[in-house]
Amino acid sequence: MQTFEYASPTSVKEAVQLLASTSGGAEPFAGGTDLISAMKDGIVTPARLVSLQHVKELRGIKFSSDSGLSLGAMVTFEELLDNADVKQNYPALVQAADGVSSPQIRSLGTVAGDLCQRPRCWYYRAGFGLLATYNGKSLVPDGDNRYHAILGNSGPAYFVNPSSLAPILIALGATVRVEGEGQREVKLEQFFVTPTNDNQNLFALKPHEVVTEIQVPPPNDAKMAVYEVRQKTALDWPLAAAAVVLKMDGDTVKSARVVLGHVAPVPWPAPEAEQALAGKTFSEDVADEAGKAAVAKATPLSKNGYKVQLTRVAVKRALLRAVKGEA
Amino acid sequence: MPKCKYDWPEAGDRKIIGTRVSRIDGPAKSSGEARYTYDINEPGLLFAKIYRSPYAHAKITAVDTSEAEKSPGVKAIRVIQGPGKEVKWAGDEIIAIAATSEEAAEDAIRKVKVQFDPLPHFVNEEDLSKAGANAKPGETKRTGDPDKAFSDPDVVASEGYYGIATITHCCLESHGSIAEWTGPNNLKTWYSTQNVSGTPAQVGQALRLAGVEVPDNQIETICQYIGGGFGSKFGPDRWGIETARLAKIAGKPVKLMLERDMELEAAGARPSCYAKIRVAAKKDGSIVAWDSQSWGTGGPDGAGMPPIPYVLTNIPNTVTHHTSVATNTGPERAWRAPNHPQAALVTMGALDDLAAKLNMDALEFFMKNAPLAGDRGKVYQEELQKAAELIEWQKNWHPRGDKTPGHIKRGLGISMHTWGGRGHTSNCNLLIHPDASVEVNLGSQDLGTGTRTVIALVAAETFGLPVNAIKVNIGDSKYPVSGPSGGSTTVGGVSGSVRRGSVDALNDLFAAVAPALGVPAGQLEAVGGRIQAKGDSSKSLSWKEACAKLAVKTIQATGKNPGPCKLGDSGVGGVEIADVSVDTETGIVRVNRMVCAQDCGLVLDLKTAESQCLGALIMGITYALYEQKVMDDVTGRMLNNNMEFYKLAGIGDIGELVVHMMTGPGYDERGVIGLGEPPVISPGAAISNAVANALGVRVPTLPITPEKVLAALEKGGVA
Repeated sequence: MQTFEYASPTSVKEAVQLLASTSGGAEPFAGGTDLISAMKDGIVTPARLVSLQHVKELRGIKFSSDSGLSLGAMVTFEELLDNADVKQNYPALVQAADGVSSPQIRSLGTVAGDLCQRPRCWYYRAGFGLLATYNGKSLVPDGDNRYHAILGNSGPAYFVNPSSLAPILIALGATVRVEGEGQREVKLEQFFVTPTNDNQNLFALKPHEVVTEIQVPPPNDAKMAVYEVRQKTALDWPLAAAAVVLKMDGDTVKSARVVLGHVAPVPWPAPEAEQALAGKTFSEDVADEAGKAAVAKATPLSKNGYKVQLTRVAVKRALLRAVKGEA
Repeated sequence: MPKCKYDWPEAGDRKIIGTRVSRIDGPAKSSGEARYTYDINEPGLLFAKIYRSPYAHAKITAVDTSEAEKSPGVKAIRVIQGPGKEVKWAGDEIIAIAATSEEAAEDAIRKVKVQFDPLPHFVNEEDLSKAGANAKPGETKRTGDPDKAFSDPDVVASEGYYGIATITHCCLESHGSIAEWTGPNNLKTWYSTQNVSGTPAQVGQALRLAGVEVPDNQIETICQYIGGGFGSKFGPDRWGIETARLAKIAGKPVKLMLERDMELEAAGARPSCYAKIRVAAKKDGSIVAWDSQSWGTGGPDGAGMPPIPYVLTNIPNTVTHHTSVATNTGPERAWRAPNHPQAALVTMGALDDLAAKLNMDALEFFMKNAPLAGDRGKVYQEELQKAAELIEWQKNWHPRGDKTPGHIKRGLGISMHTWGGRGHTSNCNLLIHPDASVEVNLGSQDLGTGTRTVIALVAAETFGLPVNAIKVNIGDSKYPVSGPSGGSTTVGGVSGSVRRGSVDALNDLFAAVAPALGVPAGQLEAVGGRIQAKGDSSKSLSWKEACAKLAVKTIQATGKNPGPCKLGDSGVGGVEIADVSVDTETGIVRVNRMVCAQDCGLVLDLKTAESQCLGALIMGITYALYEQKVMDDVTGRMLNNNMEFYKLAGIGDIGELVVHMMTGPGYDERGVIGLGEPPVISPGAAISNAVANALGVRVPTLPITPEKVLAALEKGGVA
């Protein structure tokens, strides 16, 4: 790991100034569960780390049935999992957080950090850049792409977005508040960027902006669930994941949001699945059809065709979990 | 009355042997008091890091360390491989640098400039047709007349493809050492090693070859605790020698522990094995013929043929052919039961498929063919019965393909294994002090197997004392030479030497107290913490009173293995059965239950013996389902050189484990036999067979990933 400065501000304003006022590049430091390992691997080499640990305004979970849920950027997975309002009103958010089966990451990892994770692509982590370039060519299409994208993978990016929370937060219609020179809001669905070069920001953040809060609309009796296909029960990245939020009228699906995880360079909304559900009387067959629709446009690479099936199943099972409470 | 003076006590006379004794170093390990090599930090310690080859195959053309030399904190630099040398795997060591901190050493490593002339590399051997000149076909070996046997119209033949990927050792404590020159020719080393007694001579020889003069007897090696070895930590390794050389140059102690990526790339690999197998049986299930074409790699030097056909070595007609494939991957090291897990997977898989083709119950099939294992056929039959009973075979087994509705399919699978496990050469020194304390000294090591505990147990049993009355000193080469811990040889070795030493020491104590008791030494016994006339407790002294008779003279006895009387043996069997559930929609396999019926002669400590089997089942589940060294064709590098994608099972992935040690008449009288290797051999094969039983189709290779399960189901089976 290269030498770096460490700053520990107590306000967002101060944090933004500290991020802006260094020439060698600065990184906001939340839980550090990804950043520190990326620094050890030489993937990220900031001149300054700006810790957000002591910025009190970034903490806290607030809920009201009128305005919905507000998650401070520095809320940890553990805090999310332990929160009674979240458990009662957003069970799918708990399911998503529960998929991070490492107590250490749950204790340190934050919601904003989860959204702003870098890809786990093994070529990227080995130092070949976001686009995995070697001798002027991407290593992914002809290489070992078993964990890579099956959607949104026309290149040059082939990695998958690793966020655990983003699919369900997008499905719930969440908005991200960011602060830099001023404050603004970004729909989470528009927050993720598929890069076309190695140096491009993966998130719709301007230089020196930090995420301060995630706002989630009220659940309004929606049915919701997350299903992750993970090979291990111990800490393991999902091979595919699906988040669903359904507005129901009795057994009929009035409208649905379906967002896929770990299948594309960004969390991947699946309007085809949503259309397959809208207006239907819910059944296992309808759920299966929605799964099929979600992957209808998948373009698997040489070694990840199996992820198409897993994604289809993830959608079906998320729907069954949301509507019928199936495990 | 024992026939030979060192014999193990008869069943009725054993006080501690065969009971469940908790390991004596458990509290030190669980409290953090135990100091591993990683924990040793001498004053003034320097830290070393290594520049490693980014190429899988290349010639080094130039090395420039001038910038690195100027880097702050750098105290010593060693060019391990210079211009002209050919590196044969990505991650091979080229330059080592010692500096005042790990960070300073890393900074300096980044300033090293090495130029390479890249050469063609080959890293993935499963598709043999791509191996070209890297493939070295061996000789065809035949027994009987396999062609005739296969062409017999009355036999049923089954054909299949089976394989097991290269995996690493993934020791949780990586390889490494600390070297400190305590005088011009005196070297003190702390190694994470399976070979405490053997390390000084290896280090000395390597250093002298490098022009650093140091006599072997002036080198000390210490390893009190080790975080895993599994066969990968017998030698001092090139990086260990470099650590000593850096320390010599710097004049300060140097510590070098491998980073996880280097540990996975360079410090351990179990060879792969792939095989196309044809096997035939008569309609009654008796196996008559075997034909295998196998290949595998262990890195740049290829890999030999595992012992196939495995266990059932008396199949009358066999033909085998093996191709050794050289790859540009980190070289192989012995991995717990070298070559046996591979042999078990391909053999038991092929046999299980044959049983299915015969429409035979797999248990019946293996019972019927167990006599092909030779003398030990009856033991296998007992173990098959025991394991079947524990897994409730009659209730839970079904023919290939679980017909239960739904996407979860359940199945059972059997495998059998064998191992030697004769005790190694071991010397010990037994001390009974006048203050009643007892010490056992030997240059052995405890790999986490319970070696300390069985040493204390053997001495305690002999002296009629509790286990905690024995102070065990191991893990230092200053103690009497004891063999390396590999091949399941340790328990037989140390129990033999300690038993003999203890008996001799006790006889010396009897002689010292005989006059005071007025009983001839030969008529004394040590029971319940007392020395007494045999069968007459009225003539007795407490252990403390007896030792006090020694006045100022400590009893010193030595013990050796091998030695007089038969205290151990070689050759064990074992049977494991897996009960798995497979999700046919996702291809995810979960182990519900695994049972292990294992013999190892006389069990000294039932608890640590069971623990060995439990640990082996866990390790086996892990390699069956998750582990694989993933190599990239283009860059030649290992892609999963971290513990994120080099997957290991967690607690939730393991299921219920049941171990039954075969003991009592027929087993105990064989004496002590090692247990480290055998139970880790069968899990891969048993799980593979259980998955085939659940699905009705074979998933040909380990690890059994969702991807492979789904691919197999596309070809057939229940889904």
